[in-house]
Amino acid sequence: MKKLKKSAINSLISYGIVILAFIVCQLTINAGTMSRSLKGQMIPICVYIVMAVSLNLVVGISGELSLGHAGFMSVGAFSGAIFSAWLLEAFHIESTVIRLILSMLAGGLFAGIAGVLIGIPVLRLRGDYLAIVTLAFGEIIRNVMNCLYFSLDEGRLHVSFNNPVLPGKLIVNGPTGATVVQKLSTFPMGFALILFTLFVVLNLTNSRSGRAIMATRDNRIAAEAMGINVTKYKMMAFVTAAALAGMAGALYGLNSSTVDPAKFKFDTSILVLVFVVLGGIGNIWGSIIAAALLTVLPELLRAFSNYRMLVYAIVLILVMLATNNPMIRSLSDRLFHRKKPAARAQKGGASE
Amino acid sequence: MVSFLRFLINGISLGSVYAIIALGYTMVYGIAKMLNFAHGDVIMVGAYIAFCAISYLSLPPLLAVLCAMAVCTALGIIIEGLAYRPLRQASKLAVLITAIGVSYLLQNSAQLIWSANPKVFPSILNFGAIKLFDGSLVITSQTIITIAANIVIMLVLTMFTGKTKMGKAMRAVSEDKGAAELMGINVNRTISVTFAIGSALAAIAGVLLCSAYPTLQPTTGSMPGIKAFTAAVFGGIGSIPGAMLGGLLLGLIEILGKAYVSTELGDAIVFAVLIVVLLFKPAGLLGKPMREKV
Repeated sequence: MKKLKKSAINSLISYGIVILAFIVCQLTINAGTMSRSLKGQMIPICVYIVMAVSLNLVVGISGELSLGHAGFMSVGAFSGAIFSAWLLEAFHIESTVIRLILSMLAGGLFAGIAGVLIGIPVLRLRGDYLAIVTLAFGEIIRNVMNCLYFSLDEGRLHVSFNNPVLPGKLIVNGPTGATVVQKLSTFPMGFALILFTLFVVLNLTNSRSGRAIMATRDNRIAAEAMGINVTKYKMMAFVTAAALAGMAGALYGLNSSTVDPAKFKFDTSILVLVFVVLGGIGNIWGSIIAAALLTVLPELLRAFSNYRMLVYAIVLILVMLATNNPMIRSLSDRLFHRKKPAARAQKGGASE
Repeated sequence: MVSFLRFLINGISLGSVYAIIALGYTMVYGIAKMLNFAHGDVIMVGAYIAFCAISYLSLPPLLAVLCAMAVCTALGIIIEGLAYRPLRQASKLAVLITAIGVSYLLQNSAQLIWSANPKVFPSILNFGAIKLFDGSLVITSQTIITIAANIVIMLVLTMFTGKTKMGKAMRAVSEDKGAAELMGINVNRTISVTFAIGSALAAIAGVLLCSAYPTLQPTTGSMPGIKAFTAAVFGGIGSIPGAMLGGLLLGLIEILGKAYVSTELGDAIVFAVLIVVLLFKPAGLLGKPMREKV
C-alpha cells in the first residue's frame, strides 16, 4: 500500500473532525435539545467560518492585510439572491438544493471576478497601503450596491444605475437591498460549503503553489530571486479567498428574506479579521474555532444585555494583551512543549 | 459660478476638519507605526464632553473646548499606556486588533453613558456670517473658524516638530526607535506625548465636526475617522504637511463629487481617487518613497 503523505493524513483528520462536528450538531437539532436561538445561529456560523478561513488564506498564508473582505461577501450575497430569483423565473427550477448550489457558484464566480479586478491594482502595493486600499474597495462596493437596481421581467434581467423605474418586478432596490429573497440556505448545505472551503484551502496550501505563496510571504525578495512570480501567486490566494467569500455571501444572503447592503460594512470585514487574528494567523483550525465561538458568544452574553458589546470589547483587548505578553507566552510554550518559540514569533503572517 | 465657490468653501471647511483628524493619525503612525483605529472614537468622546460642558454645565464655548481637549488628552495617554504600550514588541496585526477593541470599548461606553439616541450639538461657533454677491454666497463664522483653526494648528505643529526638543525627539523616534533610545531619548514618553497631542487635536476636530453636522451619536466618529485615515494615506502617512494636503483635497473631492457627479456615490469617488493616487504614487502625495534593503 502506498504510504500517504503527512499533509494528506492531516487533511483527512481535519475533514473527519468537521464531519463529526456536523453529525453531533445535526443529532442535537434532531433530538430537539438545541435552543432555538442557537439553531438560528447555525447557518451564520457556517458563513463566518468560511469567511474566516478564506480571509486567513489572504492574511495568514499570503501575508497581506485585507480590510475589505465583506465587500466580496456583499457581491456574493447580491449575485446569489439575483441568480436564485432568475433561475426560478427563467428556467422554473423548483428544487431548492439545485438553485442554492447554482446561486452559490454564481456568487463565487462574481466575487472572484471582483477579486481579479481589485487584485490587479491592490497587489501592486505593500503593507499598510495595501490594507487601506482593500478598505477603500470594500467601501466602494457598498456604495455602488446602494445605487444598483435590478428587476426581472418574464425571465429577462434588467439593471439600472440610480434609477428605480424598471420593467417587471424589482428584486434589488438600491439602498433597501434585495427584498424578495427566498430562504434557500440549509444547515447541511452550509456544512458542505465548509467542507468545500477546507478542501480548497488545504489542497492549495499543501501544493506547489501554496508553498510559493508562503515563500512570497516570508521573504518576497528571496522568492523573486528563486524565480517565483510573486504577483501571480499573491493573485491566486486573493482571488481564491474572494470567490470563497462570495460563496459564503450567497449562503448568507439566501438565509433571510432580505439582503441589506448596510450589512456588509467595514465592521463586518473587521469582525472576520478578529476571528482570524484571535484564532491564530495562518492557522486554519484556529479560524474555524474562533469564528464558531465568537459568533455564538454575543448570544451567550445575552444575560449582560446592554453590556455585552462592552464585555466583548474588553475580552478582545485582554486576549490580545495576554497572548502577546512575553511571560504568558513562554509559560504556555513550556506547558505545551512547543519547540522553537522564536521561529513561531517570526512567522507573523501580515505582521511584516 | 457662485455655487461653485460655495462648494469650494464647503469643501475646504470639511477638508480642514479631516486634516485636523488626519494630523492625529499621521503623527501616531509616524511614531508608533500603528494604525490607531480608535482615533475616530476619541473624536466622538471629545464632542460628547464638549456637548455636556455646554448643555449641562453651561460653560462658555471656549472653556468647553478646553475641557474636551483635557479629557481627550488624558484618554489618549491612558489608552496608549494600558492597551498599546504592552504590545510594543508584538506583531502589527495584534496592535491593530487591540486598537479595534479600544474602538468598540469607547463606542459602547458612550452608548451606555449617553444612550444611542442622537443628540443635537449646540451651534457654539455661530457669530454671524459674511454675505458676498448680494447674499448669494454666505460664509458662516463657523467655516472661518474651522479654516483658521486648521491653519493655526498646522503652523504650531510644524514649529513644534521642527524647533522644540520634544519635536526633535519625535522625529528621531519616528526615524529609528532603537537609535533614538541610544541617544538618550525616552521613547515611551515621546510616544505618550504624541498620543496626547493627537487626542487633543481629535477633541478640537470633534467640536468642529459636530458644529458643522450637529447630530451626535456614539458612531459619529467612525466614518470621519476612516476618511481622515484615508486622507493621511493620501498625503503620505507620517508626513504632517501631507496630512494637511490630503485632508483638504479629500474634503474638496467629497463635496465637489457629491455636488457635480452623484450624491450617493460621494464616498465611492473619494476612495476611487485614493486608489488612483496610490497607484501612481505608492507612498502618497508627499510621502517618502520606501527603499528596500536586501
